[in-house]
Amino acid sequence: MNELALKDLLYKLADDQLILGHRNSEWTGFGPILEEDIAFSSMAQDKLGHSLAFYTLLHELGEAEPDTVAFTRNAEQFHNSQLVELPNGEYDFSLIRHFLYDNAEIIRFEMLSQSGYEPIAKVATKLKGEVKYHVLHANTWIKNLGASTEEAILRLQASLNEALPYALGMFEKSKYEQELIEAGVYAGEEAVKAEWLNRIQTVLAKTELKLPALESIEPVLGGRYGVHTEHLQPLLSEMSEVFDIDPTAEW
Amino acid sequence: MYGGGNVFEATKFDDLQAEDPVKLAEFEARIARGEKIEPNDWMPQLYRKQLIRMIEQHAHSEIIGALPEGTWITRAPGFRRKMAQMAKVQDEVGHAQLLYSAAETLGKSREQMLTDLINGKSKYSNVFNYPALTWADSNVISWLIDAGAIVNQMANARGSYGPYCRALDRICAEEAFHLKYGHDAVVHLATGTPKQREMVQAALNRWWPPIMTFFGPSDKMSTHTETLMRWKVKMASNDECRQQFLDMYVPKIWELGLTVPDPNLKKNAETGQWEFTEPDWDEFKRVINGDGPCNAERLAVRRTAEERGTWVRHALLNPKAKYVKPLA
Repeated sequence: MNELALKDLLYKLADDQLILGHRNSEWTGFGPILEEDIAFSSMAQDKLGHSLAFYTLLHELGEAEPDTVAFTRNAEQFHNSQLVELPNGEYDFSLIRHFLYDNAEIIRFEMLSQSGYEPIAKVATKLKGEVKYHVLHANTWIKNLGASTEEAILRLQASLNEALPYALGMFEKSKYEQELIEAGVYAGEEAVKAEWLNRIQTVLAKTELKLPALESIEPVLGGRYGVHTEHLQPLLSEMSEVFDIDPTAEW
Repeated sequence: MYGGGNVFEATKFDDLQAEDPVKLAEFEARIARGEKIEPNDWMPQLYRKQLIRMIEQHAHSEIIGALPEGTWITRAPGFRRKMAQMAKVQDEVGHAQLLYSAAETLGKSREQMLTDLINGKSKYSNVFNYPALTWADSNVISWLIDAGAIVNQMANARGSYGPYCRALDRICAEEAFHLKYGHDAVVHLATGTPKQREMVQAALNRWWPPIMTFFGPSDKMSTHTETLMRWKVKMASNDECRQQFLDMYVPKIWELGLTVPDPNLKKNAETGQWEFTEPDWDEFKRVINGDGPCNAERLAVRRTAEERGTWVRHALLNPKAKYVKPLA
């Protein structure tokens, strides 16, 4: 198996989880109701744990320690989709992002749990149970708020329209895409996207929300290749503010 | 995290005049026997009022207390600390949720309590009106403020109101982990690089004065609380809590080679009591009444969160649903 291809996949998974986990944690103390504060914090902790699991696999493949990898790289060295780095905005945007992201992530985890590459299969099998709850949380809230007041529906629709081009960027293909598919690591981004569309449409059909016509949307690409919005570097600088005081110190 | 202190209004003789003397005697006898009072049991108005006030202040202290430490979640150094800091602050918000439910059993809604917090009508622990300037400040809070909270809350967990006691049992179990986490983080700094040692000493210097006021004014200056102590609403005096805290934690601070910034701090071998420089109670009063370094910022954050969340709460309202008090 081509190690570069595997590492590329692992970085993508790990960076997405780390950055969205970080964003989710920004809701702590700030949610619209206490229960949502707590829920976003729970998901943040899970996502951070998932990223650590993938960085640990990368470390086993010869990359630096997880702390070094997570806390010392610059934005252009990150492989996350631009969707996860966008600021939280208001609750409607965070909820829509969470819905679009986790419904894709669960499919990746399901596929990877069947992967021909055993270390990934093991980790994905262990973690997909947690992502299942994230999806359940997102879908429950979308169904609930997406069929409630006019304001809620308008807000969620606007956020859906805004987030969708970035969400499509999640499926940007790796340059090793074909190799990963042929080696049986997973079925590839096109397959993830097709299943994702199916699942989000099923949920949206139970609401007043409309999925914009995808043909008319230009996906925001580049994240998987280190191209990011202006929001990622400030996030990373904040994340490493204390770590940078002395990277060799034990904290 | 809550240290009690300065939460009670002076009770007046008149407060009890309107109560049925037979019921009151029965109520007091139950408490004297160590029974718990439950939400639907008879209770004097004063008992209800003071409990709502105390539990509400405790709940507010948890969500406002989440703010100074919450700032450091996104800056925590390394995976281990980042995950622990998230979990710790999440626990505090969870405590608020438990406590608002406990207070709701006495007849005040969460929405009303949060409104009173935002408009400045109800208070929260005064220490959170001070800033957590560095990572080390956050660690000192996790260790010593949580330690102080445990002293106060362990005492209150033996109180008379069932729902509050049950909430406190759960809260104390979690706070014990926070204290271990805070201690571990402070140990790393205190035994770390010169820069880290300097950070933690500076944080201790900043936090010592607020810590000394955490349990509220000296008993000599406090309002009379005999009735509340008889009713097992207030379980230990401010000075008792402070002495117990000093006894448990000053030796641990010294053990780490840190200096407590009070030259007069020492244990009197004859009386067994700690002696210290009297905290600045004028500053304490000024800050609790709104004029501290972070009062405006803390309430502004809370207000913004409430305002931005209004549409969500409206959308969740089901006109057919009936209000039910939480089981607590």
